[in-house]
Amino acid sequence: MITEETIKNTVVELLKRAVTKLPPDIEDALNKAYQNETSDVAKMQLKAILDNIALAGETLTPMCQDTGVHIFYVTVGNVKTGNIEKAIRDGVKEATETVPLRPNAVHPLTRKNPGTNLGQNMPYINYSLSDAEYLEIQVMPKGAGSENMSQLAMLNPAHGVKGIKQFVLDTLLHAGSKPCPPVILGVGIGGSADISMKLAKKALLRPVTTRHPEKQIADLEEELLETLNETGIGPMGLGGKTTVLGVNIEYAACHTASHPVAVNIQCWAARRASAKIYEDKVEYGWFA
Amino acid sequence: MKELTLPITEDDVRELSLGDIVYISGEFYTARDEAHMRALKYLEEGKSLPVDFGGRAVFHCGPIMRKLNGEWELVAAGPTTSTRMNTLEPQFIEKLLPRAIIGKGGMGKETLKAMETFGCCYLAITGGAAVLAARGIKKVKGVEWLDIGMPEALWILEGEHFGPLIVAMDAHGNSLFDNVEAQVKKNAEKVKKKLGLT
Repeated sequence: MITEETIKNTVVELLKRAVTKLPPDIEDALNKAYQNETSDVAKMQLKAILDNIALAGETLTPMCQDTGVHIFYVTVGNVKTGNIEKAIRDGVKEATETVPLRPNAVHPLTRKNPGTNLGQNMPYINYSLSDAEYLEIQVMPKGAGSENMSQLAMLNPAHGVKGIKQFVLDTLLHAGSKPCPPVILGVGIGGSADISMKLAKKALLRPVTTRHPEKQIADLEEELLETLNETGIGPMGLGGKTTVLGVNIEYAACHTASHPVAVNIQCWAARRASAKIYEDKVEYGWFA
Repeated sequence: MKELTLPITEDDVRELSLGDIVYISGEFYTARDEAHMRALKYLEEGKSLPVDFGGRAVFHCGPIMRKLNGEWELVAAGPTTSTRMNTLEPQFIEKLLPRAIIGKGGMGKETLKAMETFGCCYLAITGGAAVLAARGIKKVKGVEWLDIGMPEALWILEGEHFGPLIVAMDAHGNSLFDNVEAQVKKNAEKVKKKLGLT
């Protein structure tokens, strides 16, 4: 039996890890970007980012004041657990006080902020099932600067792959300096309006060093990554060679008459953390 | 590199040029969507504001604060996306005469024009670098309008060598973001070609 207390404590630890330390694939990509940049302004931005990451890690302080709203991905294996949703909500509330996290969750109409990061459907929990001997919890604290630049297009099948490329490019150009570039693009193709958006966000859980297992998708990821960096938007939109650190695509089959494409933009502070909770232990990592 | 001690004058601002690196010291204030809206509403209703923005800097920032022994302590304080304040800032600059807006991502043409007309500038600070930014803030001197929530409240900060900040919009109608955008527009044509879109 995995108790509510264990799940809650794991959630607090996950949130603390996520907001204070970046996954290695992101930090590596930022380091490479710094080496690769030649202009003073771009180098200055990336240096501030790298110095900030180091300071946040040393002092266990949130690297960005926007600690986001909290999106959870929970995979329930072949285990008995206490009330997962209650445990996650309790964990978010506790972490908001102890880490501390910025209270970001407000009522969408009254804009009232309860100060706890809890609200209707927030934290948001995506559930799936597995036959593993553990409960897996992944958390993605998602800031608003990048989320606000995310978009969905219900294209026509006639727009084809070209339509996907055009929409991804347009979304990036429209976002420009606003989502704290260099960014990571999560792209969801197919499914339906809601499924493509979900896939776009889920794609951001995958390290930027990995490619989609299917060649056609992997090639599209590579092609977009390489060419989009030639836009010259650069770190913080102040110009430079690094605009995009990664392009991750996920897809689902869709209706023969539909062609949904969604782009979820992630700022450089691509925070995520995972834990596998077994009956007798908890393993932390950045499992994709 | 320039050190500015707040409050600064219109002449001080007009001496700054695009690309200058500056650090600021002295009292300045956070304000984002809700605080901008409330300040403008108060002015309209003839109510007085809790602080005088004149000569000071407005920081587009919703910090993380924690209360320790009855005193506010700053945890993290990076900038928020400034474009959200595009519709509010021109009026804010005209009526309250701050001399600098600190944020990320730049602002629109109307704000640039207000900066030129009334003598204000935009200082860009690296987005997300909130621990680094907090190092340049010596003290939290107080807070107003906490009822709109921690991120939206008006925080009174004491800066000490706060930066580095880049003059990204000056008081002469120039914007680094506009320059980059013009270049990006050109580059985008090449990108489209490479992606087989033209």
